[in-house]
Amino acid sequence: MSAFDIATQLTQTVAALLLAPLFTGFMNQCRAWLQNRRAPALLVPAWNLRKLFARQPVVATGASPLFRAAPYAVFGAMVAAAAIIPILGTGLPFGTAADAIALIGLFATARVFVCLAAMDIGTAFGTLGARREMMLGFLAEPALLMIVFVASLISSSTGLPAITENLATRTLGLYPSLAFTAVAFTMVTLAENARIPIDNPATHLELTMVHEAMLLEYSGRHLALMEWAAALKLFNFACIGIALFAPWGLATAGSGPLALIASVPVLLVKLAAVAAGLSLIEALSAKLRVFRAPEFLAAAFLLAVLGLLVRVLLGA
Amino acid sequence: MTAPILKPLPLCLLAVALWGLIGLAGLLRPRSHRLAGALYPLGAACALLLAAAAARALALPLAPERAVLPVGLPDLPVHLRLDALAAGFLVLLGAAAAGISVFAAGYFGPHAPPGAASGAARAPQGTPPGLLCLQYHLFLASMALVFLADDAYAFMLAWEVMALSSYFLVTAEHGSASIRAAGFLYLLMAHVGALSILLAFGVMQGGTWRFTFDAMRGAHLAAWPASVAFLLALAGFGAKAGLVPLHVWLPEAHPAAPSPVSALMSGVMLKTAVYGMLRVSFDLLQASTWWWGLVPLTLGLLSALYGVVFAAVQTDMKRLLAWSSIENIGIIFTALGLALVFRGAGLPAAAALALVALLYHCLNHACMKSLVFLGTGAVLHATGERSLARLGGLIHRMPQVAWLTLVGALALAGLPPLNGFVSEWLLLQSFLFAHSVPHTFVNMLLPLGAGLIALAAALAAYVMVKFFGVVFLGRPRDAVAAQAHEAGPAERLGLAWLAALCLVLGVLPSAVIGVLDLIVHQLAGVALQGSQSRWWLLAPVPGRAASYSAVVMLAALAGVTLLTVLATRTAARPVRRARAWACGGTEPTARMQDTAEGFGQPIRHLFSDFFSITVEAPGPSDREPRYRVHVADRLWERLYLPAGSAVQRAADRLAFLQQGRIAAYLLYSFLTLVMLLALVL
Repeated sequence: MSAFDIATQLTQTVAALLLAPLFTGFMNQCRAWLQNRRAPALLVPAWNLRKLFARQPVVATGASPLFRAAPYAVFGAMVAAAAIIPILGTGLPFGTAADAIALIGLFATARVFVCLAAMDIGTAFGTLGARREMMLGFLAEPALLMIVFVASLISSSTGLPAITENLATRTLGLYPSLAFTAVAFTMVTLAENARIPIDNPATHLELTMVHEAMLLEYSGRHLALMEWAAALKLFNFACIGIALFAPWGLATAGSGPLALIASVPVLLVKLAAVAAGLSLIEALSAKLRVFRAPEFLAAAFLLAVLGLLVRVLLGA
Repeated sequence: MTAPILKPLPLCLLAVALWGLIGLAGLLRPRSHRLAGALYPLGAACALLLAAAAARALALPLAPERAVLPVGLPDLPVHLRLDALAAGFLVLLGAAAAGISVFAAGYFGPHAPPGAASGAARAPQGTPPGLLCLQYHLFLASMALVFLADDAYAFMLAWEVMALSSYFLVTAEHGSASIRAAGFLYLLMAHVGALSILLAFGVMQGGTWRFTFDAMRGAHLAAWPASVAFLLALAGFGAKAGLVPLHVWLPEAHPAAPSPVSALMSGVMLKTAVYGMLRVSFDLLQASTWWWGLVPLTLGLLSALYGVVFAAVQTDMKRLLAWSSIENIGIIFTALGLALVFRGAGLPAAAALALVALLYHCLNHACMKSLVFLGTGAVLHATGERSLARLGGLIHRMPQVAWLTLVGALALAGLPPLNGFVSEWLLLQSFLFAHSVPHTFVNMLLPLGAGLIALAAALAAYVMVKFFGVVFLGRPRDAVAAQAHEAGPAERLGLAWLAALCLVLGVLPSAVIGVLDLIVHQLAGVALQGSQSRWWLLAPVPGRAASYSAVVMLAALAGVTLLTVLATRTAARPVRRARAWACGGTEPTARMQDTAEGFGQPIRHLFSDFFSITVEAPGPSDREPRYRVHVADRLWERLYLPAGSAVQRAADRLAFLQQGRIAAYLLYSFLTLVMLLALVL
């Protein structure tokens, strides 16, 4: 563990915290452009966070301490996740503390706390949202694990930095197994981050909400933390996708500060491409009924399994 | 030299004997709750003594200690042996039983918290507390002897005492017909299983007609008798463990028992079956064939999925936990199957990893399932209610029980940094070796097993959110929940002990695996390398960058949370309390919340092939609309009812033998004797 690695770790964690609201803002802009609307400013989500932090939080009378603790737990889990994923560099000291399976576990922990908090006050929408979120979660989690398994089999490691380094140093070529998993991963990303076609982040119709329904009772700094955590989750998923399927241009362990600085513009370009791609999918698809969502996620799981079989059978 | 009495085996026997004496002491005044309440803490002290003695046996990895007790039939003394495997399971028994016994002191004792409903936990026509105390301690002692037995007679004797004492504990509230029915089903399945185990021992003695385990180890069976013995043992121990399709008794019997007994049965008794399987397949049967592992692997995956799906649709909190036990047993048997496949395929390092996952999950499940079962006991004590439809909001009325139970629920959901995640992580890591198994199709299908395990784990999180959310969060759905009270100090102490164990097992996996390695070394002949290199980092697989450190993760989570709290505090304005917003509607009532049925609805919808569902929906003109869903187990209709009626038909056919005349029966005896003579001569 060198000083440079620690610097990489700190830089990328802070970068994730700052870039996450911007990434959400850029996705909103892309979506607006694709829908022929005037786009809101890039910084709107960030301004929203600042505004919410300054407001006085209102907590329902029937809320238990768990309700107030949950935003901190969820936010903490997302920040920890951002520290594991190779966003700028692969020399992450924290990367040994949690591998890809533990990363999935961290996401699950965050989800469980969001759902428990949603059930805490005992409103109809909160429990409805919790039920749906857990349903989507238990379908998305095995698919995500299968995706991770493909990458682990290729690089014989479950640590994300090691996987990324291995994939980045391979000769450029098409891996059919990775192609299948990339499609599966895109589907899981849409489902896990409450995007169309599974959920709509911009909806104001309570009955169709999943993620937003769980946050209805939050306000002030608690809501800000929840929103920031959601933005971080989307950002994390984008970065996992980049790390697995486009792992070039990262600062490797001990490569020096110049590589770290050079990795920032590369990351920004890749993130812009991801945002554009995701918004295009969102613009082109319609929201599915809740009970069609399992089919969508089962398809993602099967694609990932196909990738796994291709890897085991053909070694490709 | 230590005195012979201070060696681990005599200390274990001392604990067992003391348990027997404590139980007998309960009979002095069988109707006294005060005496029973005083005896359970003594039982907890014995449990700690047992755990300490067994841990000492693990700390001094010497040759297995043996003893021969000259009791029982002439020429059939009781052989006892304390090796690493037995010691590991004795530690599990002692550690879990200590917490459960402390809780039981409050649950069965005189300081039952005041309140209108507290009498409901003690049925009027129940077993008197002194007798219950005897049965409870006999149950503990017999489980310890199962782990210590070194010959088939002693094993079966302890096994039967365990089955019978737990039968009486299950039917403690024998005033209710449904509890008697559950007890009968349990007794029946326990004996079908015991018969199968007995037959397995019969095959394993291999013509030597000596039933000590040493004789079986030296029997060198050919491939097919060994396979027969393995399958018989799997059927017998599987019936005890609740492996699908032999699971039907478990969701009936575990909820019927008083909560501390449910905790013991789910947490510890199921592990005796796992112990038996390990003993038979890794110790007594020296030879092995690679396909053996596929049977427990398939059944384990099926059980994991089946159990968790059924747990998700339950409306009774103890029944929900019982189904969740089937899921966990499924995970354990999956690990067993994987270890056997790896051993058969010549991958000892992978087999060792799967075995570590298995043992770790046994320990975890003993702690977390006992913890959650005791949590339901505290709720039951405070409200007298088991149905999820009438609970809710208990985190306000009994906060300490709620937070301690939350630890167990999160652990059962397999979330880091708690203990349930560690064993799942180890199991998934061992699944990554599956592609190197040298059998086509098997190596392709095995990674799918990892997908199923992940699905089961994710569903377990669903189940636990439902359990905790409906019982402890939200608004009270009924007056009994609104008037609940915090559990007594003994009950909270028992819960806290088990919650602390969950935390320790979750945060210090390397230290635990260092101890489990000794057991794995005894079973598989190899140990994991590199697991103890750094105490804070778990990196069990040499040559693969795979590591997990719960300490660092917990520290990072705590650090980030603390920083966030501090950062938001500086500009913070105090929280204002107001009515729930609920989208601007009227003040929400308890009936607006999701019910347990509602929360399980997506699962009912998605896995409808698993269930046979009867819905009772209200008509448009009903004055008092009622909506009820009944979910039943299809295997019961498809497998057990036909089997039951086949037995009935066979019995009807043979009824002509029953003439009711003494001459006919004498004739039968005579014919039997003649046949036996013809056979012998």
